[in-house]
Amino acid sequence: MGFDFDVIERSLPYLFRDGMTFTVTLTLLAMTGGIFFGTLLAMMRLSALKLVSMLAGAYVNLMRSIPLVLVIFWFFFLVPYIGAWIFRESQPIKVGAWLSAVITFTMFEAAYYCEIMRAGIQSIARGQVWSGYALGLNYWQTMGQIVLPQAFRNMLPVLLTQTIILFQDTSLVYVISATDFLGAAAKIANRDYRLVEMYSFVAVVYFIISYSLSLLVKRLQDRIAIIR
Amino acid sequence: MHYSWHWKVLLEAEPGGTGTYLHYLIVGLGWTLATAAAAWVIALIIGALVGTIRTTTSRWAVQLGNLYVEIFRNIPLIVQMFLWFFVVPELLPEALGNWIKQMPPPWGSYLPAVMCLGIFTSVRVAEQVRAGIGSLPRGQRMAGTALGLTQAQAYRYVILPQAFRIILPPLTSETMNIIKNSSVALTIGLLELTGRARAMQEFSFRVFEAFSAATVIYLLTNLVVVVLMRVLEAKVRVPGLIAAGGNAPQAGH
Repeated sequence: MGFDFDVIERSLPYLFRDGMTFTVTLTLLAMTGGIFFGTLLAMMRLSALKLVSMLAGAYVNLMRSIPLVLVIFWFFFLVPYIGAWIFRESQPIKVGAWLSAVITFTMFEAAYYCEIMRAGIQSIARGQVWSGYALGLNYWQTMGQIVLPQAFRNMLPVLLTQTIILFQDTSLVYVISATDFLGAAAKIANRDYRLVEMYSFVAVVYFIISYSLSLLVKRLQDRIAIIR
Repeated sequence: MHYSWHWKVLLEAEPGGTGTYLHYLIVGLGWTLATAAAAWVIALIIGALVGTIRTTTSRWAVQLGNLYVEIFRNIPLIVQMFLWFFVVPELLPEALGNWIKQMPPPWGSYLPAVMCLGIFTSVRVAEQVRAGIGSLPRGQRMAGTALGLTQAQAYRYVILPQAFRIILPPLTSETMNIIKNSSVALTIGLLELTGRARAMQEFSFRVFEAFSAATVIYLLTNLVVVVLMRVLEAKVRVPGLIAAGGNAPQAGH
């Protein structure tokens, strides 16, 4: 059996316009939402209120203890019920694979970003928080203007590395039949019976993107290290 | 809007006729552990080898190790799963490829899943081993050389025994990762725990009972792993040798 490059060339528009757009949009949305909720979770985990830190800790540990595939299934079936509860419907509302995937990855990654941000916040000297309070700033001002900007900066390389992992992990939406880059390739592969070509191509594309991004992160890391 | 729970479904018979749903899930856990354990052996052997090679003074060996790590780190796990399952048998000599493709279930999925998970995890082990060796004071290697040990002997008797003790905690999380990651094998048809929870949901329409049960089983499994690794850590601890390195935050799953 010869390697058929033609099937790849023919499906390029579909693979990138439909598939890769899905993958990249999902990655960016989940990254933004994940870092936002992750930071909130980190602040909760470091809270002096026992109940708050316990709740956040329980959520983060639960998410980190079960497989992503199972989390994807959980949210895929749970979100319609939560939606019905919020909108006071009597039946589970219809939620497509897309919205379900965005919610899943946001909530799942939040747990991982939380642990990174927690380390980031803890890397800032306590004295800075105290001087913030001494200046008359409240908790949110101290966090927002003193602690978090520095924590982000310190953790930027790790946050970006986590995002590369997120980019790769979005391919697991295959299990809810979403058409991301891998899903699009799988559809062509099965339709034309060209599995070897399509999956090899997918692997090469993922490799090129992830590897380039990781090189960028490495350069950023070196630059930050020199400036400080 | 509310969901009416029906936990007794776990004690009802599954349609395959092998017993109750609970039993069906436990057998799934068995496959999860069997996959993870076999893959762990591969990961540990290759990971220790590649990780060590990357700290040697041989430039080409270091480059080769780096290449290996970058390849398997930058391709998503599910894509690697598909490569092992769909692509590798086609690239092998025809007789061998056909033999793999004709293996009776679940072995036809089990073998590629183990290979895939083993190699995928070996990269992460290699990173840990390299970091562990790197965290040792340079004097350790020099002292080995001063005692007249060859490079291989210095690794065997001085460096690796210490490095492995240092990286036991991260290896604990890798153990949990490999168990979690084995769920991706459901995409190539291996009915492990998550796959069986999904199947149970399809047969019985009890969505949340099935996933709750699987979640609880995963949590309990993690607990057992943590306890076992603590015991191992205590067993191999060298009095006076304090584990080096804090827990620097790491990206990962």
